[in-house]
This record gives sequence, structure tokens and C-alpha cells, in this order.
Amino acid sequence: MNAYLKLDHIDKHFERGGQRAEVLKDINLTIGKGEFVSIIGHSGCGKSTLLNLVAGLTPVSCGAVLLENREVNAPGPERAVVFQNHSLLPWLTVYENVNLAVSKVFGRTKSKAECHDWVMANLDLVQMAHAKDKRPSEVSGGMKQRVGIARALAMEPKILLLDEPFGALDALTRAHLQDAVMEIHLRLGNTMLMITHDVDEAVLLSDRIVMMTNGPAAFIGDVLDVPMARPRNRIELASDRMYLKCREAVLKFLYERHRFVEAAE
Amino acid sequence: MSALARTEKIVPTAMPKKSASVLAFSRKPSSRFRAGPIAAAIARNVVPPLVVMIIILALWQILCSEVGATLPPPSQVWQESYDLIAYPFFNYGSQDIGLGWRVLISLQRVAYGFGLAAVAGVLIGAVIGQSIWAMRGLDPIFQVLRTVPPLAWLPLSLAAFQDSNPSAIFVIFITSIWPVIINTAVGVRNIPQDYRNVAKVLCLNQFEFFFKIMLPSAAPYIFTGLRIGIGLSWLAIVAAEMLTGGVGIGFFIWDAWNSSRLPDIIVALAYIGVVGFILDKLVSAVGTIVTRGACAS
Repeated sequence: MNAYLKLDHIDKHFERGGQRAEVLKDINLTIGKGEFVSIIGHSGCGKSTLLNLVAGLTPVSCGAVLLENREVNAPGPERAVVFQNHSLLPWLTVYENVNLAVSKVFGRTKSKAECHDWVMANLDLVQMAHAKDKRPSEVSGGMKQRVGIARALAMEPKILLLDEPFGALDALTRAHLQDAVMEIHLRLGNTMLMITHDVDEAVLLSDRIVMMTNGPAAFIGDVLDVPMARPRNRIELASDRMYLKCREAVLKFLYERHRFVEAAE
Repeated sequence: MSALARTEKIVPTAMPKKSASVLAFSRKPSSRFRAGPIAAAIARNVVPPLVVMIIILALWQILCSEVGATLPPPSQVWQESYDLIAYPFFNYGSQDIGLGWRVLISLQRVAYGFGLAAVAGVLIGAVIGQSIWAMRGLDPIFQVLRTVPPLAWLPLSLAAFQDSNPSAIFVIFITSIWPVIINTAVGVRNIPQDYRNVAKVLCLNQFEFFFKIMLPSAAPYIFTGLRIGIGLSWLAIVAAEMLTGGVGIGFFIWDAWNSSRLPDIIVALAYIGVVGFILDKLVSAVGTIVTRGACAS
């Protein structure tokens, strides 16, 4: 496979007051261009830390993140992040939130009119153009996350990082947004890396599912290929044999081979 | 009597027609129908303090009307200082001007001192909030300096500036800067990590981060500091002017005391109180307008 993003022997530990906490150990992962990869694992296994490492928000202790064979160790708009709690700036309108990203990334290369069109194009993509002059506090949780996705997409990232993007949403809104993300992935062919703890979500959206063992010192336990044709339809898949098999494999990994131990610190 | 009765008769017959036509053609109630609630709100907020004020004035009048009373009663204040109360903006020469002018001159000093303190305070506060080392180094010093009473700075600033006006402005500055610094620093320290992450992913530089993330995010804290600061500077200007002289409202009080014009002092106190109240409300109003979006997340 053509390596687009490569995590090369990554270790991560945090040190506080002489105590060393191992979080991730020897993570190796290769993601191809246009691939949709999910990372799943029990809470506390360090999957969010892994995403922060790729985003450059936390430095790696050992190893390297390579994007198109170049090492990246600082945050940048080519690895846009969709945050779990949307992280829209509450004092800006929906339009201004997206425009902040557009004017920063394309301010030098695009004219004002082009920037405006690009903001509106991305708001259209997530069906939020109608609410462009509203503040985040005036729209629903699902809409906020749509704007968060629009802001990330507007940076034209090489890889889109999604940090439990639908975790804070109710089941129906979540399904809508999953469909929206699938459609965007199909239309634009973005490379996407998503953190999730929802088995159905992982199987439905991903080309591959990376399953993490429990921490401390978590590592990649297994990688599951999801060889299902796109576009995928959640209703048809509900009784699809391949879907059920993949789902079972992930469940077995999470609940048989690597059960979450409550007492573990 | 008969005329009044006739108009009363006309009103009820005319009213239903009018209201019926209005309701039929407009969906929203027009603004004149809100006159009732607004009047009620004014009555709720204005009548109680008015009543209390009348009681206080009456008590004061009774207590100070006795023979041998040391302070003038309100009636005497009204008679002797009528010029000052009724004409705030008369001008009969360099030292014989209305209290309105004096207040404006004091306000000008406050504007300079407080303006400088606001800008410097926000900048220093931002640095302290951002950098753990700046906080460790500067915070203990500020905690000590902020307890120094405003007037204690005056001799030093007189010695440094050799002039009364800049000294008074400096006293305002040094008095009002501490709450601005401390509140800004707290506000900056409380910027959610999410916003910092957004700034990092977008690669905002320091300048953009300051204006696009830090100021709006910390604005509620900053305005709390500014509001405390403007109150303190109005406290300090009166005291400072008493000592430095000039034409401010503070010096007017001192001058009136030296020439035993007690009623004038009472009028001046009322001016100072009202202006201080207005300043506080002004900063608070600007704060609510500016921070409209920042609080609700």
C-alpha cells in the first residue's frame, strides 16, 4: 500500500514529579491516501492521545509521524481536527468560525470573494449555509458539530482527524452526521482518521479498524479490514453478513480478548 | 364636570373599534402597547428609592434644624448652593466655575490615567496569564504593591513628575491598574484548552491569538477588572486633587472646607456619587455589549 500517513515506532509517556506513565508503546500504522481508518478501544487506552500525537498537539516521546514521507511534529492546518466538543468560538458566528480558518489558510492565495465562496461552499457541504449568521449557542449540538466539520474541511487538509466527533450527540443526530461524513468522504475522497468507542460506527464508516489494547502502555492489538463496497447503507447493512462478521470481530476483540478492567488504574 | 363626563363616555365607544382594527391587520403587537409594562417597570425601579430619599432628607432636615447643629440641613443647602445645583456649567472666571466643568476636568484626568491603566493592565495581565514564569516572578510583587493606598504614591510621583497634573494622573493609573492586571491574568489562564488547540491547528501567531482568541475569551474577566478599576480611580482622583490643587472636583471640596462653605461640599458629594455611579454603569454596559457572545458556550 502507498504510505500517505505513517506512524513509525511511536512511544508516548508522560512524566510528572519523577513518575513515568507509559501511555502508548510501539505504535506502527500506515494509512493510504483516501482511506478511512478508525481507532477503537476502551476509554483510557490512549486513543485520544494517539490522535493528538498525529495532530501535533502533543509531542511524541519516541518515534515519528510521517505525512507524505516528511516528519511532522507541530500542529498545522494540513492535519485538521474535528474536536469532540466542536470547539467553536462562541463569540463568532457560524460563518466567522469557518472564515477564521479560511482566511488564515487561504488568506494569501485567495481573494476575498473567493474566500467567501469557499466558506459558503463548505457550509453548504454540511448543510449549514442557512444558519451562517447564527452564533454557536443558537444552534443545536448536531449543527455545531456540522460546523466543526465544515471548519476542518475548509482547511483542505491532507488528512482529517476526527476525535470522537459524534460522542456527545444523541443516536438519531449521530446517524445523520455519520451519513453526512460518509457522503463527504465519498465525494471528496479525503483521508480520514477517526477515534471512536462505538463499534457500529467504526464498522459502518471505516475501510480499516485499528483496535487498541488496554493501557497502560497500550499498543495496536489488531487491524481489521472492512471489505464492504461503498456507498454503504445502514439499513441494508443491518442484515449484511460481512457487516455482522466485522462487527463480531471487533466485539470479540473488545470484550473477550481485551476486556476493560475497571479496577486497573 | 359635564365635559369630563362626556369625554369619559366617548372613550369606551371609540376604543373597541380602534383595537379591533389594529388586531385584524398586524400580527405583532405594535410598540405603543408596550407603554404599559415600561411604565410599570419605571414605577418599580424609581418609586422606592425616591420614597427612601424623601424620608432621609426629612430626617436630615429634622436632625440638623436644631440650634447648635454642626451640619447644614437640606433646606439651607438648597438656598445657599442653589447656583451650584441649578447651573452646573456657569463660568465666571478661572476659579469660579460650575461643578459640571470641575467634574469634566476630573474626568479628563481619570480618562488619561484609567485609559493608560486599562491598556497596560490588559497587556501585562495577558503576559502573566500566558507565562508561568512571568506569573511566578511578578505576582508576589503585584500582590504587595496593590495594597499600597493610592495617596501614598502621591509624594513619590510629585517628586518624579515635578508637576501636579501628571502626578494626579499617575496616582489614578497606579490605583486602577492592579485589578485590571489580576483579572486579565485569571481570564487568560482560564481560556479553555479547546480554544488553544484550535489556535494551534490553525497556526495562529501570537498577535492573532491575542486579538482573536485571548481578548474575546477573557473579555468577561477583563471587564470585571475594568469595572473595579474605574471605581477605584474615581475614589483616588478626589483624594489626589485635594492635595494637588487645580480645578478638579476634589480641590473644590478642599477649597470649600477652607472657606467654611459646608453646603457646597454636600452638593459636590452628590455630584461625585452620581458621576461615580454613571461611570460604573457605563463600563458595565460596554462590558455586556462586548461580551455578548463570550459567556454562552
